[in-house]
Order: sequence, then C-alpha cells, then structure tokens
Amino acid sequence: MGVGTAEQVIASSIVTASPAARAALRVRLAGLLYVTPAVLWVLVFFFAPVLIMAGYSFLPLDANGELGSVGTGDYRAFFAQGAYLGALWNSIVTTAIVVACSSLLAYPFAYGIARLVAPRFQRIALAAAILPFWTSYVVRSYAWLLALSPTGVINYTLRSLRLIDHPLILAYNPHATELGFIHFFIMLNTLTIYANLVQINPRYALAAQDLGASKWWGFLTVTLPLSVPGIAVGAFLTIVLCIGDYVTPQILGGFRELLLPQLIMMQIQRQLDLPMASAMSLILTVVVAMAYLAMQRWLKMARL
Amino acid sequence: MTARVHHADRVFARLLLPAVALGALTLGMSAAEAAGTLNVLTWCDHEDPALLHPFETANDVKVNFKDIDSTAAALAVLKQSKPGDWDVLVIDQTDTGRLSKLGVLEPLAAKDYPFASIPATIADPKLTSVDGTLYTVPEKFGYNTVAYNKSMVDPAAMTDINAPWDPKYKGRVAVYDYYVPEIEYAAIALGKDPATLGDGDLAAVKDKLVALKQNAAMVGDVTTVQQALATGAVDMLVGGGEWVTAGLSKDQPNLDYMIPHQGGVRWQQGLGVFATSKEKPLAVKFIQYILSPDGQAKLATSSCYWGMPANSQASLTPAQKTILRWDDQAKFVKASHPYLQMTPEFDKKLQALWASVLQSK
Repeated sequence: MGVGTAEQVIASSIVTASPAARAALRVRLAGLLYVTPAVLWVLVFFFAPVLIMAGYSFLPLDANGELGSVGTGDYRAFFAQGAYLGALWNSIVTTAIVVACSSLLAYPFAYGIARLVAPRFQRIALAAAILPFWTSYVVRSYAWLLALSPTGVINYTLRSLRLIDHPLILAYNPHATELGFIHFFIMLNTLTIYANLVQINPRYALAAQDLGASKWWGFLTVTLPLSVPGIAVGAFLTIVLCIGDYVTPQILGGFRELLLPQLIMMQIQRQLDLPMASAMSLILTVVVAMAYLAMQRWLKMARL
Repeated sequence: MTARVHHADRVFARLLLPAVALGALTLGMSAAEAAGTLNVLTWCDHEDPALLHPFETANDVKVNFKDIDSTAAALAVLKQSKPGDWDVLVIDQTDTGRLSKLGVLEPLAAKDYPFASIPATIADPKLTSVDGTLYTVPEKFGYNTVAYNKSMVDPAAMTDINAPWDPKYKGRVAVYDYYVPEIEYAAIALGKDPATLGDGDLAAVKDKLVALKQNAAMVGDVTTVQQALATGAVDMLVGGGEWVTAGLSKDQPNLDYMIPHQGGVRWQQGLGVFATSKEKPLAVKFIQYILSPDGQAKLATSSCYWGMPANSQASLTPAQKTILRWDDQAKFVKASHPYLQMTPEFDKKLQALWASVLQSK
C-alpha cells in the first residue's frame, strides 16, 4: 500500500475489510465524528488560549512598559517576591481548607438524601440543596457580608443581647472568604457525592452487616470507599473553581490576605502587564494540573 | 417521530425567523446610524442620559460608550479594536504622557477649550501636554484623602493626616485599595513629598502602610469601601473623598471629607481624542460640550460619582457647591499632590510594595 492520507487509508480499509471489520470501522469513525466537536472545543478554547498565555509569559515588559525580548524575567520576579509566593501559598491553603470543609459537610447531607430520604422526596431534597445556586454568585457574597459585617445581622443580634460591647470582626478576613466559598461548594459537593451514592447498591452494606460488621464499620469499609469517586470529583471541581476565584475574596476577604487571582488582576488593572499576569495564571494552571495528577486515580466520571 | 420532527421544525422556524428578522433590523439600524455615532471609551460618570442627551440632540448623533475603569482597560479594548473604532477617551491625566508616546492620542488645540476658566494647577501642562503639545483637556478632579462619618469621629481630629493610624480608631478604618494614592498618602504622612519618592523611601512607606492596615478593619475596592462607610461598618476611609461622600449626601448627610493640614492626594481625569478617530471634529465638539458650564455641572454631579468640575464656570446650584466644598477648593488644590507620573519600572516596584502590604499580618 502506497503512502496516503489517513482518510484514504481508512477508506481503503473499509473497502477491503470483511463485513464485521467494516462495521467495527464504521463504529470507530462514528465515534470519531461524535468526539470531534468536543476535541475541537478543547483545542480552540483551552489549549490555544493556554499556549498564547504561555507565549506571553515569556515576553516580559521592558522598561517602557512594552513587550520585551524572550526571557523568564517574570517567572524569576514572581519567585523572588515573598509577597507573590505568599499569595500562591494563601490560594493553596484557602483551597485546601475549602475542599476539606465542604466535602466533610456535604457528605452527610448527600448521604441523608441518598439513603435516608424516601425516593419520592429525594428530588425535592435535591432541589432544596441546589436552591442557593439560583442566586448570583456576587449577590451571595454580598449576602454574607450583610450577615458578617460589623453592622450585620450577627453583630446586631449579639449587641442587642448585650453579649458584646464592640462588634466582632467577622467579615473582611480570610475566614469570611472561606465561609463564602464553603457555602457555595457544599452544594456542588452534595450533588457529586449524591450522584455517586445512589449508584452504590445498599445491599453491599447489608451484606457486610450480615457478616458481622456493625453499621458504622460497614459504612467505613464498604460505602465510604465506594463513594470516593464522588468525593474526588467534587473536590477536584472545588479546587478548579476555588483556586481561580476573584470575586469572593474581593468582597469578603477585605484584603487581609492576598490570593493569587487578586494579584493577577493587579497586574492587569494598572499596567496591563499581560506577561506577568500570564506567568501567574500559568503557575496557577500548573497547580491545578498537579492536583489533577494527584487525584486522577479517584476521578472516575463514569461513576457519577 | 416524523410528526415530532416537523413540529420541532415549525417551532424552530417560529423562533428563528423573528430572531433573524430582528437581528437584520438591528444591523440595518446600526448601519444607518453609523455615520452619526461618536464612540467613547469612558468611565461610568459620562453615561448618564441627562449628560449625553443634549449633545446627541444638538448634533444629531448617538454617543456609543464603552465602560472602562482604568487606562489599562482602555488599552485592552484598543488592542481588540480596529483603528478608528473609538473617537474619545476619558483618561487619568497622569497617563497622558504614556498614551501620547504610544501614538494613541491626537494633538489638540488649546484655543478650542475654556482654559481661561480652569485653575492653573489643574491645567498644569505636566498633566495635559508632552513637549508643549496638548493631548488631553482636564474635565473633573477630586481627592484621595480622608472621608469620614462626622457623627462618629471628631472632624477636628481628621485635620491630622495621622488620625487613621491612631489606636483609638482600630477596626473603624477602611482603606481604598488603589496603591498609587495610598502610597502617596503614607509618604505625606511621613513628611515626604510624593513627587520625589525614590527607592530609598519605599521601606519606610511600606512600614507606614502596614501599620495603617493593622489599624484598619478592611482594605477594599470602590464599592466595598463606599458600602462600608455608608452602612457604618467603618467610620473613616483612607483614600476617600468627595467621590465617596458627595453622591450620598442626601441620604447620608453625616459623611464628609477633608484634606489634612499635611496634605492629600488629587486625582484628575481628562478627555482626549484618538489619533485614529474618523470623527475628530465631532470628538472636539463633544469635549467642548463636556467642558461647557452645563456639561460640567452634569458631569460633576453624575449618578456614578461626584467630583469637582475643572471649569470654574460650571452651572452648579449653591447646594451642590456646598456638598462639593466649593469654597475650600483653592485651599484643597494647593494642599494636594497629583498622582505620581512614574516609569513602568517604578510602578512595578510600588505594586510589589502594595502586594507585600496586603500580604502582611
């Protein structure tokens, strides 16, 4: 067979192959056709922008504020600045806290809906769980501010009850940011964990009990390990959405600590320093990629 | 199945055809109006219909504006536009030199604008011109100083620039998160002239700002700090000014601002014409309208934020002048320092300094 394009090779294979092989090839081609839009989407809207961003990150601005020659100046500047590294560290720590707390709080909630709520009420319970999703993300953050600020509901109540003389500083700090995030991501984690739990046959846990395990031990050794994919998917989505978020720390954090997305915005707002912003964004992307690699053995979308 | 498909087709056609017709109509209308359109990159204070309508009616044009919040945002829009897409730019006048060097701005003729009615400090060629060529015309200014709730703090105490550092105000202070005026304000508090700030001053300025942050309840953007002051979450705002208090004066008469006796920082915005504009005569007319007494009064009292009009002939009411502290302006302008005009390199150093202040515990 001479050298030809992939299409020619496939076409000639279809013509010369047996009916079964031809059918298999057709299935493969159909599969290829189905995934092409998704692959194109990822290439155009993910890989291409990342490549452009990577390219920019190696063109640090010169002394006149214009694109300079190729170099790693912005990466070196990033790793030389304690405040910049601190922002990266704060982003990682905040994300870790949010992932841990939202997973821990979401699990019993999801478990309750999947195993304790009667099937006919599960849909209502799920709808209730995702109701807060219906409001805008910004509005939700400001709503927390109304509760946590020095003149907010909590301080007002405590002062009315004469339990405090001066308002507690509940807003404008990293804990307020974490609270805003956790509130949002509990819902997301509830959905992913629930979707996983309903696929686990409850008879597995019953079988463990038949074999002498207590209910608690059966849950720990059977149900919980089987629900790890749901936890992992929720945790990974939380990492992706939380580590790059700008709005919540901006509204609730009060700049008590700087997170990396806020630092990225600082580079753009004043000097339009796209190379430095790109370098920081790429570092953030690498962190997310590392999280993916660390978690990939548990990330089983098919189990959702 | 076929019936369903046909039904779906009918529904699709019913939805699609009007949408296509509407789209074509909109495109047609846009095309028909294109000759009479002035495209303006502007901050939010130029977007009130009450400000734009008289100009649109008088010139039979539509002012098409795009909201920007910084010169960097304007440059980002320009990068994504074709030459000639934009006619007029609202600009932080500190950036006049930077943009003229990029070849973005068209030289202007001073005789076309009411410079005789603009205070000399505001019309300073350092902010409007490069090598004797005028590029931007001042239109509005104000202050980044201290804004406060006078029912909660003693206004007399605010005359000292160091008041926000006083431990008795701990947890009652908000800090505006724009690093340029905050760094200048801290320099003034240290007895330094912001215009002469150099590398050797940065450590002291950083320590001063860290101390301010430790005394503050929060550092935040425009919306956050204005809301904090208006709701009583804090009692004073470092970096605040008439742009925070004046627009709220009807509902919050206790909010006020002042320039401490050591000085404050002054922001100033201007108007320029893009070098690639296809509507230069109309762009000049627009600037003339904004600089007119009526245009200045409307711009000064914009629903987005108030500020002092550059033209002292602005037709403001006595009540509006009181809110803007009109009679104190000569004193305030004299006591305030304009935003720093600096090299991108020094700007990066200040940004890194600000990041380390925000990162401090």
